[in-house]
Amino acid sequence: MDWVMPAVNIRLILPEVIVCFFAILILISDPLWSKENKIWSAHLAWVAVVIAFIVNLHLWNFQGTTFTDMYMVDNYATFFKFIFLAGSFLIILVSMSYLKREEILHGEYFSLILFSTLGMMLLASGFDLIIIFLGLEIMSVSLYVLTGFKRNELGSNEASLKYFLMGAFATGFLLYGIVMIYGSVGSTNLEQIINSIAGSETGSGLLVWAGAGLLLVGFGFKIAAVPFHMWVPDVYQGAPTPITAFISAGPKAAGFAALLRVFLFSFPTIKPDWTMIVWIISALTMSLGNIIALAQTDIKRMLAYSSIAHAGYVLVALVGGGAVGISSALFYLLAYTFMNIGAFTVVIALGRKGQENTNLDDYKGLGSRSPVLAILMTIFLLSLAGFPPTAGFMAKFYVFSSAVKTGFVGLVIIGVLNSLISVYYYLRIVILMFMHSPQAETERISLAFGTVLVLIISTWFVLQMGIFPQSLLGWAQASVSSIF
Amino acid sequence: MQSSILTILTFFPLVGILILLLVNKNKHGSIKIIAFITSLLIAVLSLFIYFRFVPDATGMQFSINKTWIGSLGISYHLGIDGISLFLVLLTTFLTPLAILSSWSAITDKVKGYYISMLFLETGMIGVFVSLDLFLFYVFWELMLIPMYFLIGIWGGPRRIYATVKFVLFTMTGSLLMLVAILVLYFMNHAFSGTYTFNLMEINKLPIPLGAQFWLFFAFALAFAIKVPMFPFHTWLPDAHVEAPTAGSVILAGVLLKMGTYGFLRFCLPLFPNAFIDYTWLFSVLAIIGIVYGAIVSIRQVDIKSLVAFSSVSHLGFVMLGLFALNIQGVEGGIIQMINHGISTGALFLIVGMIYERRHTRLIEDFGGVSKKMPVFAAFFMIVVLSSIGLPGTNGFVGEFTILLGTFKSNVAYAVIGALGIILAAVYMLWMYQRTMFGEITRPENEKLTDLNLREKAVLIPLIVAIFWIGIYPTQFFTRIEPTVKSLIEDARTKYEKNKLLDQSLKADYPQMEKTVLID
Repeated sequence: MDWVMPAVNIRLILPEVIVCFFAILILISDPLWSKENKIWSAHLAWVAVVIAFIVNLHLWNFQGTTFTDMYMVDNYATFFKFIFLAGSFLIILVSMSYLKREEILHGEYFSLILFSTLGMMLLASGFDLIIIFLGLEIMSVSLYVLTGFKRNELGSNEASLKYFLMGAFATGFLLYGIVMIYGSVGSTNLEQIINSIAGSETGSGLLVWAGAGLLLVGFGFKIAAVPFHMWVPDVYQGAPTPITAFISAGPKAAGFAALLRVFLFSFPTIKPDWTMIVWIISALTMSLGNIIALAQTDIKRMLAYSSIAHAGYVLVALVGGGAVGISSALFYLLAYTFMNIGAFTVVIALGRKGQENTNLDDYKGLGSRSPVLAILMTIFLLSLAGFPPTAGFMAKFYVFSSAVKTGFVGLVIIGVLNSLISVYYYLRIVILMFMHSPQAETERISLAFGTVLVLIISTWFVLQMGIFPQSLLGWAQASVSSIF
Repeated sequence: MQSSILTILTFFPLVGILILLLVNKNKHGSIKIIAFITSLLIAVLSLFIYFRFVPDATGMQFSINKTWIGSLGISYHLGIDGISLFLVLLTTFLTPLAILSSWSAITDKVKGYYISMLFLETGMIGVFVSLDLFLFYVFWELMLIPMYFLIGIWGGPRRIYATVKFVLFTMTGSLLMLVAILVLYFMNHAFSGTYTFNLMEINKLPIPLGAQFWLFFAFALAFAIKVPMFPFHTWLPDAHVEAPTAGSVILAGVLLKMGTYGFLRFCLPLFPNAFIDYTWLFSVLAIIGIVYGAIVSIRQVDIKSLVAFSSVSHLGFVMLGLFALNIQGVEGGIIQMINHGISTGALFLIVGMIYERRHTRLIEDFGGVSKKMPVFAAFFMIVVLSSIGLPGTNGFVGEFTILLGTFKSNVAYAVIGALGIILAAVYMLWMYQRTMFGEITRPENEKLTDLNLREKAVLIPLIVAIFWIGIYPTQFFTRIEPTVKSLIEDARTKYEKNKLLDQSLKADYPQMEKTVLID
């Protein structure tokens, strides 16, 4: 029997192939390194990400589908892949010193990060619900393991188990939703779904609605929208901090990538129907995230609730919809990646082996202990709060403008009031850093080269996207042409 | 013709900051000198602008308009006219004095302090010269960060409470203003087809009356909190009292004026109908501010908080003038903004000087100080008289003009407002008498030293200004008048035009109504 090579355009999937190849390479080569040289797995990892990033650059302004229209490579997907690869690069750099410090420097860690990135890339490019599911699973299972990487620590194990159980449950919802859509439409391909819904008279029947709703639940879990957010605080707090940073940036963006594509591409005809629901979810997510963050005393939990709130802001872009909605969501997720990873990097820098120092009181007097670190943290916090001239302000502004454009001024008012609430708990840390004296005995904070590099890159982008956002904004806007 | 002088003026403090960053944080002397020289250079530059300013022209001068974020229609548009000219001069004039006064007051974290002051100056000048709504908003918010640090790190015992209150209060208003800016942006697009934040463009937009109401109040809230108008004034006493001396000087001298400036620059041209229809509300609130602020001042036991509440009272006067909406009222309001900046700035500097010596600001801890510090007492007296509004001082010029304008629009308001002058005399003179005159009741006051050269250098320019504006205000009025005249005339014309257009707008541009859909 002749075996024919399936018609796959390798060029389109080259970034994914690279990431996957290196992930497997790390798995294979890791046992070969001696204990002192385990760091080479990390080097392989970031080299992989850099190569994939450069290859991805060549895919800009290039559109094509492969795997029989199941896999779409367009500016939208390419932009998201930039976000994922940038996030992974930063996390790998930060993890190197963290893992050495915690003495859990195993090569599988980096392999899993690469696999997770692969899953995210599938989510962004998936043009078929099955591919989206596949990407989600690859990403999530890697994350479940990574969350529990500090296997001697109870918190990490608990976080991993919680994440896994709730994630599996959410995946079930997602699958059920896919099934319903398939039952109604007869295909899982996004293009055929929209054609079917738009074409037929009874296109938006109960099955499609139910399917869309269940899909929303599944995605909602991943992006940590209310009321699917319960896993976030515990998982974020228990996971090793670089993984917390990773989960807050990449997978959230990936979840949004799939959510936006599915809902704005496949279900635009029933948009008036699901807009109201997303409006409510967005308002609840913003409000709940910000209000509960006020009460937190652990910085990882506080940043966890803050990331719930930020998901709410991006959902405002979904409510706004349209080209502006998508490009503003993309811009926001890019800005968010940098400012959040930056903030978490500072959190990592403050820790010691066995003593994470994540209580808010540990930030007292950071201004005198390490002024540079304190100032950088201030920049990240101000960006998260949405103060000009940072990326966070530009991103929020753009997202809110998309909602005002389509008339949802009420939601924007809720959004700005939530921003106000968030100012309080972000500034609280600035107060602790600069306006209090350090607690008890504190040691010098030494920063590894990787950490410094991450801080420089994050700060640069946070400020550049705030003061001269034109280039990245243009890219975000160019990303929607393929969808509309 | 694009002029880059305003860009230099706005961003020159950043040059100072860059230089300061390179200086070792222990070299306090160099830091202080660099900061002072930077601010002095900016003051000189602004004088240059003053002399090149064409008095008779209406419209913006020294403007520059470049695209900043083209895809969103955001431009980098700066310009200065009769209203903002003197506010910019006030800023560039007060900042070096504030920096000079801090030389002995601030001994801890000196580098960060002067960097914050310079950063603040950039923000302040930026607010007064921006003509693009987005750019204005950026500077407006940007200003909060250094002020937050100034109060929070170098302030008094309750500084953290005060600074958080200050930031949250101000941000509430400004965030709602942001929503209004966005609505204006899309409304303008629905009307003219272009996406722009340029104020000059949006000024041409006829806004439906219903929408004007909401938009006006969103902007007005942000500015009313800043002024501060009753009942949004509660952040002021805390922020002023807890801030370090120079912080209070800048806060009272400049930041408060941004609220009143905002009303003139944005609320009146953009929303003339809502503005004119609701002048009664703001005039009443202004009068309440005048009388309430004055009465509360009488009861204060801390000199600084007395001055803080007197600010509420004085700015009530400014608002009264602005909302009289005639040439005298508005001109008087603008002059009084400058006057208040000078006299209250001087008052805070004076309080700071006495605080540095005795580390208390309670009135009861003083008494008979003039015996030991005659020069200080003389300066203090002049400033007090300016604050009261004695003829010959700047305060009189402003208050008289305001009352003239208010009398023309509503006699009752003017009569009640005049009460404020009497009350100002009460609390100021009584405070002065208790602290400066009489016998020396406390032994600690025996050892007081009079002003040194630096402190005199800080106060003398302010005294000169007090008399200059008080005796020869013409040159100020000639530069303000054309702008104010055209502002009021344009507002009234637009008022009528909008009323006529309102009905047809709904029919011709249905998109505009949509953007204000509140659901």
